[in-house]
Amino acid sequence: MNDKDDIIPSEGAELADQGYSAAAEVGVIKARRTFAQNVWRGLKSAPPTALFGLTVISIYVIFAVFAPLLAPYGEAEIFPMSYAPWSEEFRFGTDQLGRDVMSRLIYGARNTVGIAFVTTLFAFIIGGGLGITAAINNNGWLDNLLSRSVDVLMAIPSLIFALILLSMFGANTLNLIIIIAVLDSTRVFRIARAVSLNVVVMDYVEAARLRGEKMFWILYREILPNIMPPLVAEFGLRFCFVFLTIAALSFLGVGIQPPTADWGSMVRETAGLIQFAEYDFTAAMTPMLPAAAIALLTVAVNFVVDWFLHKSSGLKD
Amino acid sequence: MHPVIRTILQRLGLGLITLFVVSLILFSSIEFLPGDFGEAVLGQAALPETVAAFRKELGLDLPIHERYFDWLGGILTGDMGNSFSGRGSSGGSDRSRPVIELLAPRLANTLFLASMAAIISVPLALFLGITAALYRNSFYDRAVNALTLTTISFPEFFVAYLLILGLSSFTKIFPSLANISPDAEFWERVYLTALPALTLTLVIVAHMMRMTRAAIINLMASPYIEMADLKGASKSEIILRHALPNAWAPIVTVIAFNLAYLVVGVVVVEVVFVYPGVGQLMVDAVTTRDVPVVQGCAMIFAATYILLNLFADIISIITNPRLLHPR
Amino acid sequence: MTDIKDLEKAAKEGRLDRREFIRRAGALGLAAPFAASLLTQSVHAAMPKRGGSFVMGSAHGSTTDSLDPGSHENGFMTNTVFAYANQLFETDNTGKLVPELAESFDANKDATQWVIKLRKGVEFHNGKSMTADDVIASLNHHRGEDSKSAGKSLLDPITEMKKTGTHEVTFTLSAGNADFPVILSDYHFAILPNFEGKADWQAGFGTGGYIIDRFEPGVRATFKRNPNYFKAGRAHFDEVEIIALVDTTARQNAVMNQEVHAINRVDPKTVHLLGRNPSLSILEVTGTLHYTFPMRVTQAPFDNYDLRMAVKLSVDREALLSKILLGHGAIGNDHPISLSNPYHNDVMPQRTYDPDKARFHLKKAGMEGVKLDLGTSEAAFSGAVDAALLIKDSASKAGLNVNVVREPKDGYWSNVWNKKAWCACYWGGRPTEDWMFTAAYVAEGNWNDTDWRTGPAADKFNKLVVAARSELDTNKRREMYYECQSLVNDDGGALIPMFANHIHAVSKKVAHDEQVAGNWEYDGSKAIERWWFA
Repeated sequence: MNDKDDIIPSEGAELADQGYSAAAEVGVIKARRTFAQNVWRGLKSAPPTALFGLTVISIYVIFAVFAPLLAPYGEAEIFPMSYAPWSEEFRFGTDQLGRDVMSRLIYGARNTVGIAFVTTLFAFIIGGGLGITAAINNNGWLDNLLSRSVDVLMAIPSLIFALILLSMFGANTLNLIIIIAVLDSTRVFRIARAVSLNVVVMDYVEAARLRGEKMFWILYREILPNIMPPLVAEFGLRFCFVFLTIAALSFLGVGIQPPTADWGSMVRETAGLIQFAEYDFTAAMTPMLPAAAIALLTVAVNFVVDWFLHKSSGLKD
Repeated sequence: MHPVIRTILQRLGLGLITLFVVSLILFSSIEFLPGDFGEAVLGQAALPETVAAFRKELGLDLPIHERYFDWLGGILTGDMGNSFSGRGSSGGSDRSRPVIELLAPRLANTLFLASMAAIISVPLALFLGITAALYRNSFYDRAVNALTLTTISFPEFFVAYLLILGLSSFTKIFPSLANISPDAEFWERVYLTALPALTLTLVIVAHMMRMTRAAIINLMASPYIEMADLKGASKSEIILRHALPNAWAPIVTVIAFNLAYLVVGVVVVEVVFVYPGVGQLMVDAVTTRDVPVVQGCAMIFAATYILLNLFADIISIITNPRLLHPR
Repeated sequence: MTDIKDLEKAAKEGRLDRREFIRRAGALGLAAPFAASLLTQSVHAAMPKRGGSFVMGSAHGSTTDSLDPGSHENGFMTNTVFAYANQLFETDNTGKLVPELAESFDANKDATQWVIKLRKGVEFHNGKSMTADDVIASLNHHRGEDSKSAGKSLLDPITEMKKTGTHEVTFTLSAGNADFPVILSDYHFAILPNFEGKADWQAGFGTGGYIIDRFEPGVRATFKRNPNYFKAGRAHFDEVEIIALVDTTARQNAVMNQEVHAINRVDPKTVHLLGRNPSLSILEVTGTLHYTFPMRVTQAPFDNYDLRMAVKLSVDREALLSKILLGHGAIGNDHPISLSNPYHNDVMPQRTYDPDKARFHLKKAGMEGVKLDLGTSEAAFSGAVDAALLIKDSASKAGLNVNVVREPKDGYWSNVWNKKAWCACYWGGRPTEDWMFTAAYVAEGNWNDTDWRTGPAADKFNKLVVAARSELDTNKRREMYYECQSLVNDDGGALIPMFANHIHAVSKKVAHDEQVAGNWEYDGSKAIERWWFA
């Protein structure tokens, strides 16, 4: 995981069989727990909220990955009956075109969560990479150039700018991912730069520099491992924001191409039904389902982030 | 020169450059958008010759740099220019609408709504954040956390619809329309904007509250807090007297970020409550390619963002003696 | 007030509300149920009466709106212009054309010259009397080289416009047009006071029943009643406010919470639920609005007659009507003439969904396996994306592979419509056959979105339209228009699966004539001067 791996002889346990040696004893003690053991230990100490969050996330991931197997019908399959009531055949009824709402919810997990995840990942690769680079180049021309450009991008209202860019390049999924990733990377850049600034002044980074290591090596092997906790926490929050941004864009009429199911447009298409709750209660529940799906996931992610932040802050209660 | 003043001047200078670049980016973005004002306004009814007549009158047939510098020249002398809309179908354009006339009443509305939301949400967020830090890991802490997280997790428009359902359709406490008129009385305005303000409060309170809590908790491991603890200070005294003053910087940054959001990011809430604010104006102006209005709105938004950030930085410096008196 | 007659009178005039009526009737010794029935009778029997402040919710309205009649393009502005100004002619609530600011008109035999006498003694809101000069200036506002008016092309046939008296104008047309007065009833051609020979639209003065009090583009317009209005039995409300409520949910909430008295564009999907609200009634009018999917006949593969026929046959119109409009409309027969037009062809057989026949035409065209792109956007009409998905679904059963492309709303009309080979579109429709065909189907039309201009069928169609325009014999005219419709239906590129109803939700406090005009929403956009408080 980090540079200490290189020093520890991984064959330490084998050496122990051949008789005593100091190196072997150190090796045994230092032998790191396996990844699975670490996860297990972490889970055992996790508070119930975090466990709840993790469970929800795992369920979403399962639904996203196995959507075609789990959904009773196709994503865009149209049945003759629109607005069918909840029944055995259609668990949550059908929508305005006669598509099975439950199947679309399941496919929505794949599309919405998938797109939001890829977008956030991109935002982190761009923003994180540039942020650390800027920190290494502290107050150099590159740092100044990057920081000022980010200031400019952040001064433009991002939702409106996203609308402009989407009409400029066409509202398809790839453009959506790239545009939101770029706009969002500005926030990641700030965080990454701020936390890396504390790290780049450390002696081991200085040492690596003196060794003549390349920029990428320093970035990847010296700095990145040490700024991971705040970045991961930020990843969770940003993931939620991306999620909500896509929902807002779908609300304003751009976003994911139909007939692809995504939760934001599903809420949008049926939101009008809420106002009729006093006349037709199950109909009013239709927009609640995708909205609840969005809310549940964001809550879950934030619970996990909270726990993670708590662990990494080193506070003992 | 005092470091605070130097920072302010430096930031203001950078802010001006930022404004300039923002205007350049938006001007050229709209240029690259397909269609122009004539086509957008006439829609299905656009004829080549009417569109050409629009272009000629609005000067859209001039090269882009000429138009940009024309606009820039105006801005530097305090003239935001005239909107493309509101001109006659024939004859001169003597009475087209100045951007400032379109913008001013809507900006007033936006600021009113933003202040309403801020007045409710900032104290609420601080109170919840501090008390949550005080009773860390108690049931209260977890409940506040889960509740605010839930409100931030719903899409904005959904929160708005739920509030309309509960407070307007069923109970008729507040109106679902917030279309305030310019001569509305103060309290009437407050009444009409109650639901949008409440929606925005629910959306932003979580972020500020969580940052307040996290910033305070972060400091709890510091040696001086342990010192205070050892000398027997009470828990609330530690937080209010020792932790909070040092936690202002991150808290204020987040508050500034959210206040900026209240001004620039409320398009969706404006649409749902039919509130005549600047966000809707800018979206309309972008769809009709009304460049002077887009530029006007963008300048206001960018300036708001820059000023609020500057304000946050100043507070961070003032509350931190190490930054106030640098070695 | 001690007499029951007085009470009745007060209730009719709206001075008493229901509760107050019953209370006072009770004081007179009448039992409540009897008083209530008395009230119902008297109010229903009531003629239109004056008073009240009417708030109208409009599905349109944009910050770019202006009082210039040449720029009007949405429902907010048509309602506004019909409230404060008048045209030479108007379409009344039964669909009949009647003179408005005109008093009488006279055409020569080939309908190329029209003499229009104006009503005398009509005053603008600024006190100025209306004369021929104002009419000429108002119409000239839309004409000329550099005019940016959306109504410009409608007035193009006018070669000369002459003042032949203080209250008389003579028009000379380049070709005969029996429907010329209909064109002058268009909302663009409001008669405004002239100022130094030019129409003065900026001041917002007209001759209409309401005087503009405040106009905030994209937000609201408020009006006060014009005490001097020349029409008798019109303009009953004392005050009127139009509010732009573009978001469907917000609009429906507003009318349900009684914050406005009426809204238009009710979502057909939820109209049955809205109708359950006890304070509202649903007003549904069959109009000329139709949703189309024009195929450009000059672009491959739509230049092939059999492929076009295959597409037309592979669309399940019933499914579109029931799922997009939920039955609130009528099936279309691939021509733009609605049931409410005078010469709708009702003898031509209705085209139906027939996958086998479609397959046959597809095979004949030799294009099995062809992939067709269908551009669509909510800008075309609400539900256009869903409609395209339904077409994709039904066409696949006929072996046609349709690929739905959602285009951005922004710039849809300039970049997709009239450019791409096949896309979604709507037409508000026109009150006359000639106007509709001239707008979108004749060879020289700018908005000929099917590009159907040449070929034997199109040639025949174009000749017929010109001939019918100056034909004053109704039977001959009907025959000609019937044939025009079947030519468009057969050879043309128009795929017109449905006509949509105008659906409004109106507070039960508001009353209107039994018959409501269908040429535009809101009683032909004249609800403001035609409706009243019951």
